[in-house]
Amino acid sequence: MNGVPMAAYLLLGLVLFTIGVVGVVIRRSPIVIFMCIELMLNAVNLTTLAFARYLPQFVAGRERGHTAVAGEMIVIFIMAVAAAEVAVGLGIIMAIFRLRDSTDIDQMNVLRG
Amino acid sequence: MVAILSVLSALGVVFFKNAVRSALSLVATFALLSVLYLTLDAQLLAWTQLVVYAGAIMVLFLFVIMVLNLSKQPALIERRDPKLMLATLLGFGFAGIIGVQVVTPLLPPSEIVKDPVLAPNGFGQPQAIGMALFTDYGYPFEAISVLLLVGIVGSILLAKRRLR
Repeated sequence: MNGVPMAAYLLLGLVLFTIGVVGVVIRRSPIVIFMCIELMLNAVNLTTLAFARYLPQFVAGRERGHTAVAGEMIVIFIMAVAAAEVAVGLGIIMAIFRLRDSTDIDQMNVLRG
Repeated sequence: MVAILSVLSALGVVFFKNAVRSALSLVATFALLSVLYLTLDAQLLAWTQLVVYAGAIMVLFLFVIMVLNLSKQPALIERRDPKLMLATLLGFGFAGIIGVQVVTPLLPPSEIVKDPVLAPNGFGQPQAIGMALFTDYGYPFEAISVLLLVGIVGSILLAKRRLR
């Protein structure tokens, strides 16, 4: 349907993932760090879907339909895990906020032994 | 075009000082990514992306931002510390390594991917995904359901327990 090469999708996924990594490192608000993690997960989803869509006709001697569905399954499971992770992570952020009254990630050293 | 817009809005997530603006920028990124999923012939996943990410997850984010009242906070302005330089270097290095190793061999004049014009049979259709989900991927499906249940119980516990 489209003449877009697969490398374009992969490049976009790479750029988004890199933005996410840099964001996790340089931001100090835990919520924005969480958003950057979501961004990285989405970049991986895009990469997986691109690989599944552009499979060659035969994969290891078999028709490619089965393998393409595997790529979509990975994306679905990543979405489900991301939903669970966001629920728990935001709960932890709320708990820490009630405990410390501050959301600066550099001051969160409660786990320090 | 869509790719450029999504990169811009992803940059907005990182560089907006206000958390609400970052969240709205992330919503834009997710919507543009679902458009990209449509161009990849994955219709069901595009709509799932819109509903789950742009709907549910971003509502959670905005709700927490509202409860924490982050805009009243001193906004956590990043100091000009060496971390910024270091992170930019790290990002460029990371992108360079992966780009050279993974993307370059797949650039158009390569033989590895011949760009099949048609999607695989039934790709992205709800029927195919549902069949696979309930036959071949039954055990991962159950595992995900248990994980989501544990996540629900865990977040309720986190929200209710009085931390000492």
